[in-house]
Amino acid sequence: MSTRPKLLLLAAIIASFVISLFSSHINPYYLDVLVGIGINIVLAASLNLINGYTGQFSLGHAGFMAVGGYSAAMFSIHCSGKILPALGGGLFASQALFVVALIAGGLVTALVGLIVGAPSLRLRGDYLAIVTLGFGEIIRVILQNTEAVGASRGLTGIPLYTNFFWTFSIAALAIYVITSMVHSTHGRGFLAVRDDEIAAEAVGINTTRYKVTAFVIGAFFAGVAGGLYAHFKQYLNPDGFGFMASIEIVVMVILGGMGNMAGVTAAAILLTLLPEFLRVLSGWHIPLPFTDASISLKWIAGTRMILYSLLLILIMLLRPQGLFTWKIKKKSPSGK
Amino acid sequence: MVGAFFAFYCAPIVAKVLPIPGIGAFLVIILGVMIVCAILGIIIEYLAYRPLRARPKLVVLITAIGVSLFLEYSGQWIFGPDPKAFPELITDRPLIEWHTLSISVNQSLILGVTFLLLVGLCYIVKRTRIGIAMRAVSNNPQAAALMGINVDMVISFTFGLGSALAGVGGVLYALYSPSIDPLMGILPGLKAFVAAVLGGIGNLPGAVVGGFLLGTTETYVSASSLSTYRDAIAFAVLIVILLFKPSGILGKAEVEKV
Amino acid sequence: MTTPASTIDLLRMESCTIQFGGLTAVSDLSFGIGENDLVGLIGPNGAGKTTVFNLITGVYTPTSGSITFQGKSLKGKKPYEITASGVARTFQNIRLFQSLSVFDNVRAAFHLHLRQSICDTILRSRKFHKEEDEIENRVMELLEIFNLGRFRDAYARYLPYGDQRRLEIVRALATQPRLLLLDEPAAGMNPTEKIELMRLIQFIEEKFKISILLVEHDMQVVMGICRKIVVLDYGIKIAEGPPSEIRKNSKVIEAYLGDTAKTDGTP
Repeated sequence: MSTRPKLLLLAAIIASFVISLFSSHINPYYLDVLVGIGINIVLAASLNLINGYTGQFSLGHAGFMAVGGYSAAMFSIHCSGKILPALGGGLFASQALFVVALIAGGLVTALVGLIVGAPSLRLRGDYLAIVTLGFGEIIRVILQNTEAVGASRGLTGIPLYTNFFWTFSIAALAIYVITSMVHSTHGRGFLAVRDDEIAAEAVGINTTRYKVTAFVIGAFFAGVAGGLYAHFKQYLNPDGFGFMASIEIVVMVILGGMGNMAGVTAAAILLTLLPEFLRVLSGWHIPLPFTDASISLKWIAGTRMILYSLLLILIMLLRPQGLFTWKIKKKSPSGK
Repeated sequence: MVGAFFAFYCAPIVAKVLPIPGIGAFLVIILGVMIVCAILGIIIEYLAYRPLRARPKLVVLITAIGVSLFLEYSGQWIFGPDPKAFPELITDRPLIEWHTLSISVNQSLILGVTFLLLVGLCYIVKRTRIGIAMRAVSNNPQAAALMGINVDMVISFTFGLGSALAGVGGVLYALYSPSIDPLMGILPGLKAFVAAVLGGIGNLPGAVVGGFLLGTTETYVSASSLSTYRDAIAFAVLIVILLFKPSGILGKAEVEKV
Repeated sequence: MTTPASTIDLLRMESCTIQFGGLTAVSDLSFGIGENDLVGLIGPNGAGKTTVFNLITGVYTPTSGSITFQGKSLKGKKPYEITASGVARTFQNIRLFQSLSVFDNVRAAFHLHLRQSICDTILRSRKFHKEEDEIENRVMELLEIFNLGRFRDAYARYLPYGDQRRLEIVRALATQPRLLLLDEPAAGMNPTEKIELMRLIQFIEEKFKISILLVEHDMQVVMGICRKIVVLDYGIKIAEGPPSEIRKNSKVIEAYLGDTAKTDGTP
């Protein structure tokens, strides 16, 4: 994010547009994975603002994603009948509807973020963690009990609007907005709140306002990610937005290095590819030298969660600062 | 989960010596569960948590989640995902009957064991040397070390004790709802965390208060029209309480010295 | 001997008391700091000096009594509001922003006087760039005055101790205060550094035209630069006046039993 960030953003959007023009030539399976990566980048970037830059333990991010996904989906499903014909019914109309749906989803989620954040952010770290986890679960259970959105059967019939272009443009936009906000004098406030709240207050920083701002903006983008997800899978089920889903996003942020946006993006990509990689691996056979036999790696498929949890433990033990954080050795003034 | 499964596999072995159902067998199994879980807890602490002592709390939290997932899914792999029927270790029949109130043997056993363990735990923490050492380490590990306390040993002991109690909790849980499966511990574990926070972290009577409050509220909700919201109720209660008492019901607000 | 309450007091504490549970940390404390004043707050350990700082800066709220700054009450205000009113402080145990560079530590303090909106920041408008350049210059200016400019990109936590203390003072000054509270700035310093510090504090007072309230244990520093000294013991004010009087005050000497050699200001 060095010299001309706005130019980079524009370049990213144009690139994703160009690539999406060729999307019919790309293997649909790869396309699916790529869209999944894009959505995870938005999720990880938005959580990075809350957990990484501002240092607030939020373990309920999947809940925000659910709110945004369901809101956007409900909007498309129920308003398409009126809006599409009004805008001419063509490509422009559906794309416009999609954008409005995403923004609506994001705004609803931002509001929820405000409601969740305002009381919770007075709490200390471990307490905040369990409360955000609680909110995530409450959102899930409420959705499971709401007939209007399909309850535990899920919400179907969501139109397929998400494509490569939208996903990556929004991912680039999310990264841009968050990093440009943090890399400024105003943005130093987030980091100050993370480092030392008492000192931050002492230099005039309204720590509560910063924490709530981080929450609301993080929630907004998580909601948009949810909307992208809804219009991609065309089906939403509350079960997919539980505690484990939140943990998976938290792992991306930690793996990338809390507050290291480039690292978090890389971690999101890596962790989205990991299950695919394991799936491919489980189909392999390792040939034993000097024999005709080979070792089948079929067992990997059944042990996916065990491997994931082992990976989690190992990363925390060996590189808790994240895979992508390198301490650039700034010349220490004493010459050491 | 480990406790419940250990009891499950060890019951037939014990049955060869002591009659099942029977209080003798029950006590032997409980003892076995406590030992196995304590050892497991100590090993886990040594391998996964001790190296991370200097690290920020979020890292330790994630590691703990990783360990929990590892145990659960390994259990699933080893024992198979299907639920198993937990043996009847104690014959369940009504013990006390008074008007419409009926308390069964199992229920009184659970209450009784809980009470005894809590009293024992409080005694250990408040009256024994290891208990003082635990509190000292919790308050200021460096100063405790300077006072000659073997911090590593104290922490290992604490984990062993906590794990042993959790194992007993698993057996009691299985006594009450006798279908066990490897993922059975996730939700109770989460609710245990909620109960502990509810009562105030670090406060033992508070954890009991939190547990009772949570359990009672859940039971009422289960019987009411909101029964499908049961799992969310635990968290809703927590959030409401923390709004008014940010350090938990019996917790003391930690004033940071500036 | 107490100085009478003056209507031109910058800061005025009136009958302030604070209790923590059963312990009364500060009891019925009244004193004032005027414009361009250099006041020292001394007392044996546990006298309540840092508590007074925490009362003024809003970390604690007095159980009774009042605190006014420039005529307006500070009671009940949040710490960041009090800083915005013009009271800045440093901490007994240095509290720099560990993950930020020297430059950013000071830059964070300029946040108070930002004129740009969040849209300006995100869209990187001309207003944003102009203000950021301005802040860059002012931060560097401040750092250079205190000889920290060459460290601007170093992580604050790698700085030598004395430089860290100076950085914390610079950061406090960046908030453009009228009153600066220094909490044991000489702690851990050798005699040469202490003399440097004394010159620094006097320099700050002159150049920035602010009042300074200093908590300090080192009598040499206190007697050397303060124009007025307030003495606390067990939360109660036992003396107030210029150094020459405090030196001879029997109650002060008694409170510092054993430190008689130090109270006459000779090293």
